[in-house]
Amino acid sequence: MDLGPHVGFIIGAYIVATLVVSALVIWVLADHVAQKRALADLERRGITRRSAQPRPLQVKEPA
Amino acid sequence: MALIDLANPSRFVALVGRVLPWLIVATVIAFAFGLRESYLAPDDYQQGATVKIMFIHVPNAWLSMFAWGVMSIAALGTLVWRHPLADVAAKCAAPLGAAFTLLALVTGSLWGRPMWGTYWVWDARLTSVLVLFIMYLALIALWRTVDDQNRAGRAAAVLTLVGAVNLPIIKFSVDWWNTLHQPASVLRMGGPTIDRSLLIPLAVMALAFALLFVTLHLAAMRNEIMRRRVRTLMLMQAERA
Repeated sequence: MDLGPHVGFIIGAYIVATLVVSALVIWVLADHVAQKRALADLERRGITRRSAQPRPLQVKEPA
Repeated sequence: MALIDLANPSRFVALVGRVLPWLIVATVIAFAFGLRESYLAPDDYQQGATVKIMFIHVPNAWLSMFAWGVMSIAALGTLVWRHPLADVAAKCAAPLGAAFTLLALVTGSLWGRPMWGTYWVWDARLTSVLVLFIMYLALIALWRTVDDQNRAGRAAAVLTLVGAVNLPIIKFSVDWWNTLHQPASVLRMGGPTIDRSLLIPLAVMALAFALLFVTLHLAAMRNEIMRRRVRTLMLMQAERA
């Protein structure tokens, strides 16, 4: 395929787009791994949200 | 599911976990098809092969404005409805919008040099898009500067709504002023003026970039909810200590 005399501009545009999109994907993935690790670390140390903590057993008292 | 159901961050994170794999597959398929169509598209009778730059430049230009539109709706959600996820949505759309605007500017320059004989000209369209890019950077800086996320969210929402004035200026700049940039040829009254052989690859690439935006936005929102959870837990721990 012949891209003509401006081949450098065409390929350059696609390379820049690939780089920027890749950077966005890597940023989102890396952030996800970091936040997941931070939450797991806190959970390991017993620091959890109240809603995530196991509820105490409720024993029905006899009437 | 009603919008109010998504006000619960845990429910939202669970929903994102279910939807994200499908969105990733759809995005990859759309890009594969779009890039194939772009590769096979014929040369333009005036611009030659450089028309292939259009398939990435135009979708990014559209998304640069679409992302600000999403942030404007989210800003209303923050200020009017006080939806708990509104400022999360706005905060996560800003870096994506900045990246798409940067791509529109750079690919536009690379297209402009062979077609106009210059990388840059201070005309209304190019300048207003550059202003949009600077506003994205200002918003990102604001989010990073203010420690209290609620205060940052409200300030960012006001700035976003003020900045939304720039959207019609960008859109109609080519009609209101004399610019080097061509007038609208797809989203215009009377229908597109582009030939079908170039319109189809452009539409598929626009769909692919739109799916990419939605995928990354939802994933970034999930990350932000997790980050806030980590922050809250660390504050709780600090208070106990």
